[in-house]
Amino acid sequence: MKNLKYFTNGLIKENPTFVLVLGTCPTLAVTTSGINGLGMGAATTFVLLFSNMFIAMLKNFIPDKVRIAAFIVVIATFVTIVDMVMKAYVPDLYKTLGIFIPLIVVNCIILGRAEAFAQKNKVVPAILDGLGMGLGFTMAITLLSLVRELLGNGSLFEIKLLSENAQTILIFILPPGAFITYGYMIAIMNRVKAKYNI
Amino acid sequence: MAQKLESNLRNMVLSLALISLVMSGSLGMVYNLTKGPIEEANKAKEVSAIKEVLPQFDNDPLTTKKEVDGLTVYTGTMGGQVVGFAVKTYTEKGFSGRFDLMVGFKIDGSINNISVLEQKETPGLGTKMKEDKFKNQFLGKNPESYKMIVKKDGGEVDAITAATISSRAYCDAMQKAYDLVKKLSVSADTTAGKGGAE
Repeated sequence: MKNLKYFTNGLIKENPTFVLVLGTCPTLAVTTSGINGLGMGAATTFVLLFSNMFIAMLKNFIPDKVRIAAFIVVIATFVTIVDMVMKAYVPDLYKTLGIFIPLIVVNCIILGRAEAFAQKNKVVPAILDGLGMGLGFTMAITLLSLVRELLGNGSLFEIKLLSENAQTILIFILPPGAFITYGYMIAIMNRVKAKYNI
Repeated sequence: MAQKLESNLRNMVLSLALISLVMSGSLGMVYNLTKGPIEEANKAKEVSAIKEVLPQFDNDPLTTKKEVDGLTVYTGTMGGQVVGFAVKTYTEKGFSGRFDLMVGFKIDGSINNISVLEQKETPGLGTKMKEDKFKNQFLGKNPESYKMIVKKDGGEVDAITAATISSRAYCDAMQKAYDLVKKLSVSADTTAGKGGAE
């Protein structure tokens, strides 16, 4: 059951957002509504899964000195694929995520996993690791988005829960709210981890 | 397991070249696959926006597409009679830069309907311009007598709370569209021999 551990690793124990604190740029920037968070997470998971898989497959073929360049080519390819597919089939989501889709190329989680995990492991563990890390990231930013959307806009996944004229705490939709919410969530996560000894 | 390739010049050049070749090949394939859907998605969006803002029409407005002063105008006709114009307008003054609107005018110059095409405004604040509450105050008004400036600046438009900049930009785009329609209908009037009716 060692394989299962590769998968669950990214969910809580080494959650890329709350524990490793990687890829904070999209985490802070696009988490203004639940749909954005989910879409960004899905796109990142796709890229992470395939880049991990390919790099694990090609690891013996890539000489050490050019590995970063090779990784970036692989990652950029999958990001561009996601970019084009989203443009074609979910144009609205693509418009709101905008520049942050192409910017997945420089997301630290992806290059980090390629460097720290995929190039040293076989294909199956690399796939599970990519999937686990991707889902961990998706979970984290969706949660963050939902908190911000609820407090700042009074809605969840763009479904209005409060009346039109209700006062919401606008700061949570604005950039400072991202930092505040993120900080609290890391604190809660640390507390939970300490309590249950994960 | 096979030995990792040694980092000599031949290996490095070969492996990078091969990876780039394969990756660019697969990108080309995805590009071809998504090219059609991307175009269709863009076109469908345009058509549905035109349908939304124009009074009932029975021609294909895409064939009447005209570019004037950087804006795009579509003319809707019903039984050969012009019933209104749909103007794709934009502003650079949004809180996060440019956004695009589609505005439908009736033949008398009054506003029939408005649809937001593309925007990057702050979710929960500027994005409220998509909601009926803000939009409805424009409908049926004729900008000839209706001052499209936010109340703060001496106009008649109720700005969105905490999104005055977005509201101002919205008015700016609307004004651009109206100026164009006015120009068009004046020239149409003079050719029809009425002249100076405005």
